[in-house]
Amino acid sequence: MIYLTADIGSTYTKLVATDIGLGKVIGTSCAFTTIETDVREGFNNALSNMEAKIGKFSYDKLICCSSAAGGLKMVALGLVPELTAKAARLTATSAGAKVVKTYSFEISRAEQEEIYEINPDLVLLCGGTDGGNKDVIISNARRLCQIDRDFSVIVAGNKSASHELQKIFTNPGNLANQNLGNSAQQVPEDSFNQELGGSDNYFPKDFVITQNVMPEFNKLNIEPARKCIEELFISRIVQAKGLSALQEMSGHEIIPTPLAVMRACELLSRGVSDAEGKGVEDSTVNCKEFEDLTVKGKGVEDSTKSEELSGLGDLIAVDLGGATTDIYSMAEGKPTASNVLCKGLPEPYAKRSVEGDLGMRYSLSALAQEAGVDKIAKEANLSKEKVEGWIEKCCANPDIVTTKDSLEQKIEEAIAKVAVEIATDRHAGIIESVYTPMGQMFALTGKDLSEVPVIIGIGGAITNSVDPAKILSGAKYNSARYMYSKPKDPSYMMDSKYVFASMGLLGDIDKVTALKILKEEINKI
Amino acid sequence: MEKKVIVTGVIGADVHAVGNKILAYALEEAGFEVVNLGVMVSQEEYIEAALETNADVILVSSLYGHGEIDCNGLRDKCNEAGLKDIILLAGGNIVVGKQDFKEVEKRFMKMGFTKVYPPGTQVETTIEDLNKMLSEK
Repeated sequence: MIYLTADIGSTYTKLVATDIGLGKVIGTSCAFTTIETDVREGFNNALSNMEAKIGKFSYDKLICCSSAAGGLKMVALGLVPELTAKAARLTATSAGAKVVKTYSFEISRAEQEEIYEINPDLVLLCGGTDGGNKDVIISNARRLCQIDRDFSVIVAGNKSASHELQKIFTNPGNLANQNLGNSAQQVPEDSFNQELGGSDNYFPKDFVITQNVMPEFNKLNIEPARKCIEELFISRIVQAKGLSALQEMSGHEIIPTPLAVMRACELLSRGVSDAEGKGVEDSTVNCKEFEDLTVKGKGVEDSTKSEELSGLGDLIAVDLGGATTDIYSMAEGKPTASNVLCKGLPEPYAKRSVEGDLGMRYSLSALAQEAGVDKIAKEANLSKEKVEGWIEKCCANPDIVTTKDSLEQKIEEAIAKVAVEIATDRHAGIIESVYTPMGQMFALTGKDLSEVPVIIGIGGAITNSVDPAKILSGAKYNSARYMYSKPKDPSYMMDSKYVFASMGLLGDIDKVTALKILKEEINKI
Repeated sequence: MEKKVIVTGVIGADVHAVGNKILAYALEEAGFEVVNLGVMVSQEEYIEAALETNADVILVSSLYGHGEIDCNGLRDKCNEAGLKDIILLAGGNIVVGKQDFKEVEKRFMKMGFTKVYPPGTQVETTIEDLNKMLSEK
């Protein structure tokens, strides 16, 4: 049985052929993505490249993921920034979306315009616990309907508002002249609509109403909304992104690439819980449920679980790309020290964060601004002018590559390390010291990753570099920035053949083989 | 009738956890929906929780004597956040040392609290007051 997995990236279409019987990757290849004309062209080119390498072969099954045509572009809306807005962002990122922006409270006109400019594929609308605040989510639903863009909305907020929300999205025009509650002012809103274009003031949206991402205060419920995002991606986005021809060829549903990577990370971390590979199929079981799973009845199997089926345990994966830097952490993230109190929203075992302003090419100028050229120059041990020159070149020509052992390569490595450092700072939990009458205490917001033993590098910028461990060391704990609880003593690994996404796809069909290959292909640096 | 929502917790750098749990339990038993933020709660955390849950009451506990400093400005921030008529209660050892509670009460009312309770108040008293205040609201 030969399975072919295809990862349709924005630049390259990457293929991996796996022989399930042998439990081995038998070939990899890539070619330029041809999403503008016919996505199958690029696929066939890659297939020919593969055949040139390993000879003619026929595959039994084809499974695909895609991040082409901008990936799955989303915006997330919530009420309070640190609560439902954060829950919304966590949900959308764990579904494999590129969350361009997260909004909180009632969105302003400028924010409406911003969403118009972003032109998202999907919008995740949250706000209020069940039975909690209704006003903000209802008001934001109306404001979303004023935006003349064809996005679908996933509603995952206060269930008590679902009736009103259904009415708004089905027929927003009817509500245009009604009193909007609070002290909403009709007149300026109408004139704003004229600015947005279109004779109609309200534009109905495709929508799905699902369970609240935060049904009770500080309780995350990511799974239902995440599933809706996945379903909408399959039913709506795949066609819009010119992928339906491939979907027909495959017969399997196409998922966003980051979701495939996330599944692979989780598989590699947790392993397969029994011989049939059942028990861990749910990709976002929260920490508590996972604990229950392993405690209830599975404990015995766990202790006798063969080495083949066990995972690596806690890990962090870093995917450094041209436009974004993605960080995946597979860990419960409970405090490792004794006098630590947890604060804020509890985060899921499998957490992904996407930094749209940290990339090696398309978002390089934003990266340089965030990090500061001085820092990069210091890291590379070169002059500021040289670094600035290279950044300018990269921005003007994103296809540019460095030559071996050149100064540019040193700069690239420094930039990459800084990007990894900032992205992991944002991903990891923050420890703050608090003085109480009972002595010094610490408050942890987010996940404590200080004892995570493994950091894995994915993506060309890391795997093609001369010193990948140096780049990945940006994810290590730094005593000068002690508040970020990052791994203190990690070992570094690398996905040199780029099999992560493929194994995430394969894992849907055959977990055991996918895990075996992951463990073989991901090597210590 | 829908349950009334009370956001509670121990304010500031105070880590007295036991009373907080007892109080939350008693309020739940009395039929309220309780959002318990635990210990070391900042003013912002009370407000954020009250916003999301559309709370009717914020009940602040303080046992370590710094309550007055910790509570100062909470009403202003509630107003700023749009929680205009939310009931604000405080109780415990809210000031340093033994002071005339009448004076303490005056100062807390001036800070915008709806009612404050001296040390040793029984929870039943607060529950009775809450029922009254909420029925008048």
